[in-house]
Amino acid sequence: MIVGDLTDEALARLLSGPGLRLRTGPLVTRISSPLADIARGIALLYRDHEVQPAEGFADFHVRIDRPAGLRRWLKPQVQFQFDGWPPFYPLPGDQGFPILEWGLNWCVSTSCHQYLIVHAAVVERGGRALILPAPPGSGKSTLCAGLIHRGWRLLSDELTLLDPSSGQAVPLPRPVSLKNASIEVIHRFAPEAVLSPTVHDTLKGSVAHLKPPVESVNRALEPARPRWIVMPRYQAGVEPRLSRLPKGRAFMQLVDSAFNYHLHGAQGFELIARTIDACDCHEFVYGDLEQAATLFAGLAAEA
Amino acid sequence: MTPLVAALRDPRALASWTPSQWEMLVRQARSADLISRLAALLEDCGLLQEIPAAPRAHLLAARVGRHAHEEAVRREVAQLRKALAPTGVEIILLKGAAYLFAGLPAARGRLFSDVDILVPRAALSEVEAALMLGGWATTHHDPYDQRYYREWMHELPPLRHVTRQTVLDVHHAIVPPTARLKPDSAKLLAAARPLPGHPGLKMLSPADMVLHSAAHLFLNEELSHGLRDLVDLDSLLRHFGADEAFWPALHARALGMHLESPLRYALRYTHRILETPVPMHLLAAPASPVMDALYLRALQPDHPSAADAFTPLARWLLYMRAHWMRMPPGRLAYHLAVKALRKREEAAPAGR
Repeated sequence: MIVGDLTDEALARLLSGPGLRLRTGPLVTRISSPLADIARGIALLYRDHEVQPAEGFADFHVRIDRPAGLRRWLKPQVQFQFDGWPPFYPLPGDQGFPILEWGLNWCVSTSCHQYLIVHAAVVERGGRALILPAPPGSGKSTLCAGLIHRGWRLLSDELTLLDPSSGQAVPLPRPVSLKNASIEVIHRFAPEAVLSPTVHDTLKGSVAHLKPPVESVNRALEPARPRWIVMPRYQAGVEPRLSRLPKGRAFMQLVDSAFNYHLHGAQGFELIARTIDACDCHEFVYGDLEQAATLFAGLAAEA
Repeated sequence: MTPLVAALRDPRALASWTPSQWEMLVRQARSADLISRLAALLEDCGLLQEIPAAPRAHLLAARVGRHAHEEAVRREVAQLRKALAPTGVEIILLKGAAYLFAGLPAARGRLFSDVDILVPRAALSEVEAALMLGGWATTHHDPYDQRYYREWMHELPPLRHVTRQTVLDVHHAIVPPTARLKPDSAKLLAAARPLPGHPGLKMLSPADMVLHSAAHLFLNEELSHGLRDLVDLDSLLRHFGADEAFWPALHARALGMHLESPLRYALRYTHRILETPVPMHLLAAPASPVMDALYLRALQPDHPSAADAFTPLARWLLYMRAHWMRMPPGRLAYHLAVKALRKREEAAPAGR
């Protein structure tokens, strides 16, 4: 069963009662929330994701709710709880869906140490993965959102999970987070894209989430072998240009972008070394998404 | 019995658990900070590969940082020895670092963030000066906190290394000097024994190690990780208690150190909760039904599924009791007043 098979009432009943057991890649999260915008966001953006039966095993148990207190009547807030414990401060009341998404990222990056977790987008074409590590604001999520509407499969826009035993990237297809001007860029670039309503004035500015393509969700259990590491940087008006990134620098970039490199010791070092060895490493500047997509299609055809 | 306690008592039974039982176990183990310990127990009985893949992923994830953590502790202790070498003061490792260096089973799957050492009180200023030269700096800059630690506590304010960001607790006793129970630190130092293979490093004698762990848990105000501390005690008692001569020695030492009441609680609740084998005559002392009602609640995993309506009250009462045991009434009133006022000051900007 997928989320789309549930009526709005059935989804709301699960969320406000025993919880919705939602599968994303290898993980199952039990989500509870009495809030209507959480139910709407899940119905829209997780439509194709599988719902797991109540008697199975859920990895994480999260709840989005209004914190108790008088304030809820004056200026309501939302709070993310991880199994009864709030790891973050509450946020303004309309940020329920963004806090759910950030909270789910937090669950993975603080617990799933069976993987080396790199803060990077990752997409696949022809069985080969393209890893896009970059600091926030560099246009990584925009590029990722663009590529998944031009023939690439989404593995993740935030968390690249590298499996130390196989060396493969494990998919975790979830909504892609878009900020500020990128929201409009993606609207124009892919008119068919399904976007959540924009939430303004968050810690990251205006935020909207993009529904992952159904094919990415259906192939969530197919890992992919890393083939390219590309550090993107958006710069208005420039021609797209790839330049070779020395492997030593690419190595340090992955180390710096990893959430849990310090836990993996020698195994982590070897995993990154193997990944870098198997990849072409580039820096990439672009000013136009369509040109970027064409360039990456060429890259995929050559390899 | 909660799933976590059942699993700690008999990890072999886990082979037949359903996914729902596993789910609750992983939740409780995560809240109690015992998931890595659970992974070690299952590994020791050869079951880690037998359990269902979804919960196994969490146990394997908890195991990942283990080697890195042990390496970090070994490096930290090496740095510590280098920094204290000019003073000639012997370093007695306490708690997690001692279990690790001594190769005790209690170290298996036990992650800890601070290194704890014991030094003679007379050497404290010299040790602190040498540590400052080595890059460790004090953390509590508030004058009240400094006074609280330096006059009334059994340790210096925690020291943090300026580049490595590691935290070091330097103790001169195992309970605060203001406490009602007064174990003599000179006796601890005299009985400490060398750590084989690590010249310059020592550990407490086995009986003192158990008494320290017992005093730590049963005079501690913060019990949200009480079960984890109880698991330490269980492991130490099973290991040292395999030698029958250990038990009379432990009992005699507790009397000599004025720590018979923490030891009585330690033996009672490890035995009641984790089925630790303890000689019957040491469990014969009559128990207070009130303390049972409090500790049997407070020592469960800190998770909603393991709490009843009285659990928060039990933890609060034990919090108050711990303060009562640690300070005379006048000083306690003053200390709690300072903490309460400060809490209001801290809350003010957030309250808007």
